[in-house]
Amino acid sequence: MSDIPTTALAIATAVRAGELSARAVLEDHLARIEAGDGEINAFNLVMADEARAAADAVDRVVAAGGDPGVLAGVPLAVKDNLCTRGVPTTCSSRILEGWRPPYDATVVQRVAAAGAISVGKTNLDEFAMGSSTENSAFGPTRNPRDTSRVPGGSSGGSAAAVAAGFAPLSLGSDTGGSIRQPAALCGVVGVKPTYGLVSRYGLIAFASSLDQIGPFSTTVADSALLLEAIAGHDPLDSTSIAAPAPSLLSVLDQGVAGLRVGLVTELMGEGIAPDVAARVREAAEALAAAGAEVGEVSVPAASYGLSAYYLIAPAEASSNLARYDGVRYGMRVDAETTAEMNTATRTAGFGAEVKRRIMLGTYALSAGYYDAYYGKALKVRTLICRDFATAYERFDVLLTPTSPTTAFRFGEKTADPLSMYLNDICTIPTNLAGHPAMSVPFGSGTDGMPVGVQLLAPALGEPTMFRAAAVLEAAAPSEVAR
Amino acid sequence: MSERLSRDDVAKVAMLARLALTDAELDTYTEQLAAIIDHAADVAALDLAEVPPTAHPLPLENVLRPDVVVPSLDRDEVLAQAPAVEDRRFRVPAILGEEP
Repeated sequence: MSDIPTTALAIATAVRAGELSARAVLEDHLARIEAGDGEINAFNLVMADEARAAADAVDRVVAAGGDPGVLAGVPLAVKDNLCTRGVPTTCSSRILEGWRPPYDATVVQRVAAAGAISVGKTNLDEFAMGSSTENSAFGPTRNPRDTSRVPGGSSGGSAAAVAAGFAPLSLGSDTGGSIRQPAALCGVVGVKPTYGLVSRYGLIAFASSLDQIGPFSTTVADSALLLEAIAGHDPLDSTSIAAPAPSLLSVLDQGVAGLRVGLVTELMGEGIAPDVAARVREAAEALAAAGAEVGEVSVPAASYGLSAYYLIAPAEASSNLARYDGVRYGMRVDAETTAEMNTATRTAGFGAEVKRRIMLGTYALSAGYYDAYYGKALKVRTLICRDFATAYERFDVLLTPTSPTTAFRFGEKTADPLSMYLNDICTIPTNLAGHPAMSVPFGSGTDGMPVGVQLLAPALGEPTMFRAAAVLEAAAPSEVAR
Repeated sequence: MSERLSRDDVAKVAMLARLALTDAELDTYTEQLAAIIDHAADVAALDLAEVPPTAHPLPLENVLRPDVVVPSLDRDEVLAQAPAVEDRRFRVPAILGEEP
């Protein structure tokens, strides 16, 4: 087992050169999943047969002298809210249990076209609503670094799969921090790209103006590799940006000399654990030591981000989830009339958090409250965009914590939804602005659990963001073993 | 909006969202949703009369494609996922004549 490289770049390089078979790489990872996932529960479904067929196809291409692509033979885990044709896609919800989509998500097609091997569908908070993966209908995922703690969420299964070594790469989705926060809590790299950079076709919608797909990996370079492979225009997504995928791997060694880095003051004080804030300050010092100009910057409207988000996202969700009516797909609970069937199906099929958000969104959009809540939240969104624009006049990238704390214990925040929502305080403003952001592991907290620091950049600022991330990765304290 | 979210509000919203709640659930959700709405009071209290809303982070334009017939999803594959099918169509209980 020890002769299989740990990074996607090294695996793909060896497979493309014919030095390593995709099948051998896959069997190694399937064995790890078999041995470890009973405890971690990262996967809702392991696609062993499909993966073996795909790996053998990659090996045949190499044997015939061809090039299977930049992700050749790399095992990859797919969040279970991304459609896979003919393979169950559940969103970790009873209401979609057993459903087999009639099409692939664009990202699923793109990673396959690049030679990656999809090994399974990963667990999530139901419909990506949550910050701990405790809201899954199929049981929680456990944090590989300490199985008494949550992996974060909602992409907890994808983060845990990478942290546990089940796959070097995984795909998640991020609506309010659902890639970055679990990446931070599990000690891996996670990226939310610019809104529109990666096609959302086949991503089951939660909040359409905020959702974005992105990579998890153990190294910054591997996330760059995967993001290059999935980015770029897609005519099947009307919000897809008509621009080519950015070049990221080529800029990773450019350093940060002269780069202006702003520490966001609103996200360094109240509510942020002291040990997490200390790691962020050390990360700022590391960037300064590498030649960046580091200063402090205020993004005043960021303080209102949480409130605005928890009106906007549930409002969009209440509309998006209206489609689960028991008619066209998923479960149905039979009743005398269609209206009764709709209600019986939704009542039995949705979990508590999904119901909570649907009702919150329905309320925020209802007559008499629309202007006071949803309308106001959309205006706060404008303020956040303006404040970021002002900040980016003086700075190239911004630096904040990813999560206010390290990974917490199971059940610690489930009784009080608001305390759970506060996990997203640092990640939400980026989604509201549509900007890119990523979490990079940087040391650990007083409890020994990983800390992630978050880099933010303006729209399509991924190349600059990745340059800074590469410097942070090289400077990260050694407590976090990778 | 100065009044706190009530149990009746939650019951009405649940009906609109086609969700049936038990009495115990109604109590729990009323408490939880009221706490969340209270937290949003900071936003509701802002004077934003001069600020335009942002519904979407990108300057979106209508996206059109050439008006040509292209293959769509396979009808039988789609229907195979439906809870009930009749004559190659989705089957539902009676709609006409039912109470609104």
